[in-house]
Amino acid sequence: MLGLSKKDFTLLALVAVITILAPFILNPFPEGSGMAQFNAGYPDLMQRFVIFGIFAIGFNILFGLTGYLSFGHAAFLGVGSYAAIWMMKLLTMNVLPAMIMAIVVAGIFSLLVGWISLRRSGIYFSILTLAFAQMSYALAYSVLTPITGGETGLQPKYSDPRILDGAIPTGTTPQANLFGLDMGASYEMTAGSWLFTFNAGYYIAALIMLLSFYLSIRIFRSPFGMMLRAVKSNQQRMNYTGLNTRPYTLAAFVISGMYAGLAGGLLVAMDTQVGPERMFWTASGEVVLMTILGGAGSLIGPVLGAGMIRYMENIVSKINSEILHQWVYWMPDGLEDVVVAIIYPFVGKGWHLTLGLMFMLVVIFLPGGLVEGGQRIGGMFRRRDKNAGDAEGDAAKKRNPAE
Amino acid sequence: MDAIILQILNGLDKGSAYALIALGLTLIFGTLGVVNFAHGALFMIGAFCSVTLSRILTLSRTVIDETQTDFLGNPLKVQIPYLHDWLGKETGDAIIDWAVPLSILFAIPVMIGIGVLMERGLIKHFYKRPHADQILVTFGLAIVLQEIIKYFYGANPIPTPAPDAFRGSFDFGAMLGFDINTIIYPYWRLVYFAFAVLIIGAVFAFLQFTTFGMVVRAGMADRETVQLLGINIDKRFTIMFGIAAAVAGLAGVMYTPINSPNYHMGMDFLVLSFVVVVVGGMGSLPGAVLAGFLLGILESFASMSIVLETLPGLNQIIIYLVAIIILLTRPRGLMGRKGVMED
Repeated sequence: MLGLSKKDFTLLALVAVITILAPFILNPFPEGSGMAQFNAGYPDLMQRFVIFGIFAIGFNILFGLTGYLSFGHAAFLGVGSYAAIWMMKLLTMNVLPAMIMAIVVAGIFSLLVGWISLRRSGIYFSILTLAFAQMSYALAYSVLTPITGGETGLQPKYSDPRILDGAIPTGTTPQANLFGLDMGASYEMTAGSWLFTFNAGYYIAALIMLLSFYLSIRIFRSPFGMMLRAVKSNQQRMNYTGLNTRPYTLAAFVISGMYAGLAGGLLVAMDTQVGPERMFWTASGEVVLMTILGGAGSLIGPVLGAGMIRYMENIVSKINSEILHQWVYWMPDGLEDVVVAIIYPFVGKGWHLTLGLMFMLVVIFLPGGLVEGGQRIGGMFRRRDKNAGDAEGDAAKKRNPAE
Repeated sequence: MDAIILQILNGLDKGSAYALIALGLTLIFGTLGVVNFAHGALFMIGAFCSVTLSRILTLSRTVIDETQTDFLGNPLKVQIPYLHDWLGKETGDAIIDWAVPLSILFAIPVMIGIGVLMERGLIKHFYKRPHADQILVTFGLAIVLQEIIKYFYGANPIPTPAPDAFRGSFDFGAMLGFDINTIIYPYWRLVYFAFAVLIIGAVFAFLQFTTFGMVVRAGMADRETVQLLGINIDKRFTIMFGIAAAVAGLAGVMYTPINSPNYHMGMDFLVLSFVVVVVGGMGSLPGAVLAGFLLGILESFASMSIVLETLPGLNQIIIYLVAIIILLTRPRGLMGRKGVMED
């Protein structure tokens, strides 16, 4: 169906069902209970899940398929965000033109960066992309202040021209919308002591994420995707057979840049403000973490990784020592303090430590990320003679970079 | 003329730090063939070695001084470092004052230990893995090290002053015959530069004039042949990793008076140092040093007001700009050897 094999379609359908039901799935604990803080079903976080999912899916098209490790992808996200906010300031608060503009501008910018950076491969490519991203960050911070707002960033103001929109009532701030549907609009449903929030912005972002996911499956299964995988496994051999690989890698780079731009545009659509820190190299490093953690080269991996990191950032970071004491109150007093003292450095403000450790463990033991981990566990329960390797696992194992 | 000299001097201290970190990175890359993204973290740990030592030296007991009162009228509590008790007040104060230079002695064994531990425990398993994996795992390690330091020392910068004798500035211009007050330069930055030159010289002399260094150089050129000759090159390379870590650590120790150490200072330097290494040429030690000083000085020239008036923001991007141009026109960097990471 939809031009997909049965297996891929099942995967897509599964992802679709999960994203649509996310407000239920992510809110398993009733309000007011001790576990309620682990509920991730609030609009802001759910939007981040899907938006960074898009970002990681795009990054995976470049890194997972071609093996080119870009350390400057946040620049495209940032450029997309700036493009989107300018559309909102000048044209209309409707998010559609903003997102289209974000994709176009990020695409052009990534074409420029990719055209130069792809002359080199391996670590040189990483350094080149890093250099471009840091330059964009530094410029957005300092010289380009008239365009980027410098350190304070940009947000829509009452006084902006917005030529397509009618006048808005004095004293209100303009809200991002899609043909009148406010991005912040939510419908809240109470069932017993559970509270579920259905947010318009989330569903729009989720729909776009599903479209991006579908597109990425098509790219993975297309002859173009096959060509990119060939580049990853041995670019020299490709060149010797008389094939110019540059157009293919450049196309992959631009596509992933456009995905990043779309994610940037969506970030603005959900929360109408931009600052240059979104382009800093740690932001680029974060998308690398997401993709590797989930499983580079697999379809669903990057989305999983993105969700996991965002969940940790928002939920694990909230755990403090009081909550820890509540959890282990049943232990003897002395032991309780010891256990809390051991766990404490890894949660709350120390969540980065957990993230770093997890990332190292994944790189060391599970080069295919969480997806490979899942497959290994699945493989243990399956019968031994059924060892026909599936495409996902193979792709994950063959993580050789372009050298 | 005086402005030019001033900018060169300004570039020297940053350039020294770049050169030292890049030297260590290149040592690791040249010997083990590993791209170490945790090198900035080693620089940061070095800086925190000096914080640790000055905290150890100022361990104090609290006594109540009946003759003085605090603002509430209670007897004043005075902190007296144990060093005063053991060595007398003057010697004790002198030692505390010189905490940063003394940390060098403290940092060398610590850093070599950390380096050897890192190599044996983690990096060893990544020789055969692709460079991308090496980058990723050391990137993860850098995050972990950084968070550990943050857990113990907090997120705020910790001021660590230089010894009294080196505080303040001196009029360098007057010595050279310019008008007074044209070239004012802090003492400590000059010390840092001299220290960097000393370390770089020591590393090169070690590699050039000792048998150990000769074997290491031979191993860098052709690892397999050296192994076939019955030499345990892995052991020597592990020691070189320790030395590279110590170089980064010492760069960090001496940098603390210039810039108060905080837990993410390593990452800030790392990105630039990588650019330096690539500009100098992967695997070339003289290239790394040259590019370090060159880019440091270039950066300070780009922040002159005359330059900024014509090309605003140049100081922010000059290093990256130079790196992009060099990488595209000279694929091997300034002094890269043939056949090392060339594609």
